[in-house]
Amino acid sequence: MKKPKSIAIILGLVAIGMFGFAYLMVPFYNVMCKKLGINGKPSLTPIAQSNEEDSSRMLTMQFVTSINANLSSFEFSTKTISRQFHPGDNETVLYFVKNNTDKEMTIQAIPSVTPGLAAQYVKKTACFCFTQQTLGPHESRIMPLLFHIDQSIPADINTLTLSYTLFAAKNRI
Amino acid sequence: MSHATAGHGYPHAKTLGDWIKRWVFTTNHKDIGTLYLLTSLLMFFVAGAMAMLIRMQLIHPGNRLLDPDFYNQMVTMHGLIMVFGVIMPAFVGLANWQLPLMIGAPDMALPRLNNWSFWLLPFAFIILGSTLFMNPAPNFGWTFYAPLSTTYGPPSTDYMIFAIHIMGLSSILGSINIIATLLNMRAGGMKLMDMPIFCWGWFITAFLLLGIMPVLAGTVTMMLTDRHFGTSFFNAAGGGDPLLFQHLFWFFGHPEVYVLILPAFGVISEIVPTFSRKRLFGRSIMIYAIGIIAFLSYIVWVHHMFTTGVPLAAELFFMYSTMLIAVPTGVKVFNWVTTMFRGSLTFETPMLFAIGFLFFFTIGGFSGLMLAIVPADFQYQDTYFVVAHFHYVLIPGSVFALMAGVYFWIPKWTGYMYNEKIGQWHFWLTVISFNITFFPMHFLGLAGMPRRIPDYALQFTDFNVIASIGAFIFGLAQLLFLYNVIYCIRGQGRKATDRVWEGARGLEWLTPSPVPYHTFTHSSEFEKGESH
Repeated sequence: MKKPKSIAIILGLVAIGMFGFAYLMVPFYNVMCKKLGINGKPSLTPIAQSNEEDSSRMLTMQFVTSINANLSSFEFSTKTISRQFHPGDNETVLYFVKNNTDKEMTIQAIPSVTPGLAAQYVKKTACFCFTQQTLGPHESRIMPLLFHIDQSIPADINTLTLSYTLFAAKNRI
Repeated sequence: MSHATAGHGYPHAKTLGDWIKRWVFTTNHKDIGTLYLLTSLLMFFVAGAMAMLIRMQLIHPGNRLLDPDFYNQMVTMHGLIMVFGVIMPAFVGLANWQLPLMIGAPDMALPRLNNWSFWLLPFAFIILGSTLFMNPAPNFGWTFYAPLSTTYGPPSTDYMIFAIHIMGLSSILGSINIIATLLNMRAGGMKLMDMPIFCWGWFITAFLLLGIMPVLAGTVTMMLTDRHFGTSFFNAAGGGDPLLFQHLFWFFGHPEVYVLILPAFGVISEIVPTFSRKRLFGRSIMIYAIGIIAFLSYIVWVHHMFTTGVPLAAELFFMYSTMLIAVPTGVKVFNWVTTMFRGSLTFETPMLFAIGFLFFFTIGGFSGLMLAIVPADFQYQDTYFVVAHFHYVLIPGSVFALMAGVYFWIPKWTGYMYNEKIGQWHFWLTVISFNITFFPMHFLGLAGMPRRIPDYALQFTDFNVIASIGAFIFGLAQLLFLYNVIYCIRGQGRKATDRVWEGARGLEWLTPSPVPYHTFTHSSEFEKGESH
């Protein structure tokens, strides 16, 4: 049997290892979510437009906008509340954003799709969410979103919600 | 046979300085056990007083007794203190007192580390308690979900984070000590499987703690850096994910509830055979069941998050793995009942609490099974049904076992019996008022009353009044426990015999009562079957 001191050292290392494990979970979680497409985060890389559609079925897409608390002086909206189209249809939705402050502000829109499993079928050709946007004092802008829904989307998904939340993009570590 | 030598007596301090030095610098497992138990007893009344305030606020709808924000602070602090300040230290206190006695060891393996793991705690609780003067104190519930505790958390959240760091360190050091003690310090002839079940409960719990407390420490560190150092672990604006917080928290949080219950299983496994005057039925199976429960507790955490939109496959996996826990738990309950079957039972206070444990912990287990069912959970999530469930498993589970353990061993510790009549009153008032308080909460939850709110719709009034009245009786009944503890410490009762209980088995009962300051100073021998 080992001495108490060496047991204590081994167990102490286990504890430190578990502390590291908690941090290891962060990249692991992100990779798993990306690979399995389970947390509603659509891809942020541009994808070519679709050139055929599946006219046999209809999808309903709802568009939601919200502003994070740290950007309360912004306006952010879209006139398209809901739209129906076929899988594979190329769609364009316009978003309006206005900076009501007296300062130049940089913003970032973060997308989220419900149901989470549908996110991997949302293919974006162009999106204002790909990059940060800088708006001058009281500047407003119309920002386009070009996307289609992949035809392989499972038959049990009929309605999707695409939500954008606008955040102030500070310099982050 | 083992010999427990009556070594030196307890130190007698002449001056206040000596007295303080004795308790601050002590490395004696009995002193440290006492310190742990008295600290948790104090915290029990502090957090209990918070529960009384919560029930006073809820005694009628539209009550303006507490400010809603203060109500939230009370709910948060009640939960945090009851979990980290009462149940965990109390079981560590029992472990400190009992483990060396039960395995025939002179002390814990690492006595100075033991002193440090205790003396970290008062600082943690002072830091946590000080937040109550920093209006607002943490007000987001004991689960401190991000972003409530990061983006929207009050400045005092940082104090809570550091308090959790210190408590975590204390638990980790305590677990290391317990594992080292049980591996190294057993009496000659005592194999691992011969250890009393209480030792086994703690042995496995210590491994659980070692696996989860560092994860909690990591999680609160991420909160801290999110709050102040510009990281975005849980902040969606910076590419993080608030859901990750819940995964990390419940990866800690679910095994944590088994940290609160496995030592209780151990206590009950000592008491039930003693008062049944029989051997524990299926002893080795009881040990395996504890191990299996501990393993399963690591793979069920998502059942706390069914409504967060996890994929169907995950919901199914976690639903079935959660239900699987009912199997080893059912085995344990079956074995305890079978131990009592045809035994010659007597119903002293420890046994009454043990039977209360068996009966009401099982009810809490059943409501747990209901919550495990995904579609049902969608309805029960965040209602009073959940509150009823976890109070049914934590009060009759952990708290009754603690009370039973203290009544069971305090004659050995102090050398005097407690007042049996007061003990019986304590049990019956506790068990009846507990049910008056928490049983109606099942109905409130099924009817849709959400948890963590300071006010409610009119139709919930009657059950809330009943629950509040029950809570006040429950709170008052605990003063009887305090009375009995003081009664024993002051030596007002009848002197305890060495064996204390007729059916008691195990090395700790071979020592004189009260147990001398130093025991088992010579190497002792253990014969198989000497313990329950």
